[in-house]
Amino acid sequence: MKLPLLEIRNLHARVAAPGGREILKGVDLTINASEVHAIMGKNGSGKSTLAQVLAGREAYEVTQGEVRYKGGDLLELSTEERARDGVFLAFQYPVEIPGVSTSYFLKAAVNAIRKHRGQPEIDAKQFLDLVREKMKLLKMTPDFMNRAINEGFSGGEKKRNEIFQMAVVNPTLALMDETDSGLDVDALKTVAEGAVSLQRPDNAILIVTHYQRILQYIVPDVVHLMFDGRIVMSGGRDLAARVDTEGYDWVDKEVKQLV
Amino acid sequence: MTQLADNPMASSTWFADESEGGAPSWLTALRSMAAERFDAVGFPSSKDEEWRFTQLAPITRTQFRLADRQPPGRQATETAGAFSFGRDAAAELVFVNGHFDVALSKQGRLPHGVRVMNLGEAIECDPQLVRHHLARYATIDANPFVALNSGILRDGAVIHVSRGAAIEQPIHLLFISAGGREPAVWHPRVLAVVEDGAQAVLVETYAGAANGVYLTNAVTEIVAGADSRIDHCKLQQESASGYHVATTQVALGRGSTFVSHSATLGGRITRNDLNVVMAGEHAEATLNGLVLIGGEQHVDNHTLLDHAAANCPSHELFKHVLDGKATGVFKGRILVRPGSQKTDSKQTSKALLLSDDAVMNSQPALEIYADDVKCTHGSTTGPVDEDQVFYLRSRGVAQEAARHLLTYAFAADITRRIKVEPVRRRLETFMAAQHGLPQDLRITDLGAHDEAARNS
Repeated sequence: MKLPLLEIRNLHARVAAPGGREILKGVDLTINASEVHAIMGKNGSGKSTLAQVLAGREAYEVTQGEVRYKGGDLLELSTEERARDGVFLAFQYPVEIPGVSTSYFLKAAVNAIRKHRGQPEIDAKQFLDLVREKMKLLKMTPDFMNRAINEGFSGGEKKRNEIFQMAVVNPTLALMDETDSGLDVDALKTVAEGAVSLQRPDNAILIVTHYQRILQYIVPDVVHLMFDGRIVMSGGRDLAARVDTEGYDWVDKEVKQLV
Repeated sequence: MTQLADNPMASSTWFADESEGGAPSWLTALRSMAAERFDAVGFPSSKDEEWRFTQLAPITRTQFRLADRQPPGRQATETAGAFSFGRDAAAELVFVNGHFDVALSKQGRLPHGVRVMNLGEAIECDPQLVRHHLARYATIDANPFVALNSGILRDGAVIHVSRGAAIEQPIHLLFISAGGREPAVWHPRVLAVVEDGAQAVLVETYAGAANGVYLTNAVTEIVAGADSRIDHCKLQQESASGYHVATTQVALGRGSTFVSHSATLGGRITRNDLNVVMAGEHAEATLNGLVLIGGEQHVDNHTLLDHAAANCPSHELFKHVLDGKATGVFKGRILVRPGSQKTDSKQTSKALLLSDDAVMNSQPALEIYADDVKCTHGSTTGPVDEDQVFYLRSRGVAQEAARHLLTYAFAADITRRIKVEPVRRRLETFMAAQHGLPQDLRITDLGAHDEAARNS
């Protein structure tokens, strides 16, 4: 039997500070290659924290549980090692980095991944071709590559930049953290189509979202509902549809009945 | 005022000078007035507001000897070679331990109307020019170190660009320390007079290779005529045991443009005073500074943008990268005098602290005596932004590399604005080596070119 791509068991995490609050309180989640999963939940449910913990954010400390990725221990790896091994986090709030161009940065990222795979550095022509193709996919203007990373970008431009980077590095596990927030309909469509085009039999996408809007374009195989640091319900697209019409209150009620 | 009794250095030691024959009487008079002034005021004390962040004791308690003229040794020649601009300089005057060295210098073929001379030569060829300008801007009461410099005043450089003349290649003044067994001092002096409508690029480099203790006490006076343009760079790479105190006094005429970039990388204790007086309307001043220090280095930059006329824009950006136990001081004073309406001044100071022990002290000081002006200032100090580090790491860039990259980018924000190629190249190479980045890395690869860089 084939191993799952990602397997999370009883994951607990807290804010890495003395007396830090526990945010993840026992997450279980299995994602197989080729699948698209969505985690929905209201603000504060822990869904973004889960994405950040998977990417290796040191602001959170894992206190219990395990995460297997490609059969190995993901939590053993540093943030950059995870990235080189195919984990990609599309940020909810992409950071501005003055003075470093997107072009330079992306080349460094691509080469770090290639080095990890034992491949030689990408040559200038190859890189340019790759970047041009993906810019076209995300409908971006060429000047963008020479601008400082996210500096002075609108919220929508920043999100588009995240998916553009994702397209260039072509990850195995894409974590999309609230990529839909702040995007207008056209931009959302472009971004979602970009993400869909990256789907392969050997990779997977995990979408973290408050709304089901984006799921109209990237159709999930499984939808999970997160509540107070745990996944409390999993199902098909109909779950997302129910959240869309009824909000999250019914989840609260059903969970409280279970307790 | 410091009493002489507190001053361990008797003035006779500082001014012990072979009395040169042949110095014109006005110069002798200037020297003795300056010496008297220094005797009267002594060194600044730590109670003096302008000096309270810089401990001068290591300087004032050292028994410095005025450096003798020596034939250039191997070390001087090597250092001069390492810092020379070679063919990139239109002219290059080299001073070793404060003394003009004709053999290491290159007078070059200068366009008509441009003269680059050592002080002695200038006094001989054009005494009127020197007498008219010398010590008129950096007056002996500016601060005690200027008085000290003027009291000894012996060697230096004089640059004259006549009306309408222009020189694109940089004029390079290279002051190097070649060391010595005993603590030595020198007092270099620079006078640059750029007449109406003229243009020049002037670079001062202070570099040391010596292990010994020494003090460079420099004074530079720059005069910009109406509608002239001066690009000025000062690169300070004194050796680890060197002290550097310098006053740069700039007078800007109507419609003139002065663009200054200073970079401080070396020295144990550094104090720079950069004072720019916008004396005529529509004069424009840009003061950018970069300080890259670590260990126990201390750098104190005091700047003054003196808006003495209306309609003058001024821009100032100082960046500090402090590692180890380094301390940085930036005091940026903006003075808008009565009647200087439509002044538009912007000052920014940013410091990056690479260690918990590094300390930055940044103080804006705005004194505004006109009512229709725009003056802004901003100051930030902090460590490398962890969110930025995480962002880079999440794309596969190693943690250390991410920190280096962010530090480099922080400093490159200044270097990419420098239009004087050999200065920019030297700084980039220094930074790339410091951050383990490829030597051939150029800002164009890394940097994003914003409007500010294009315009400055």
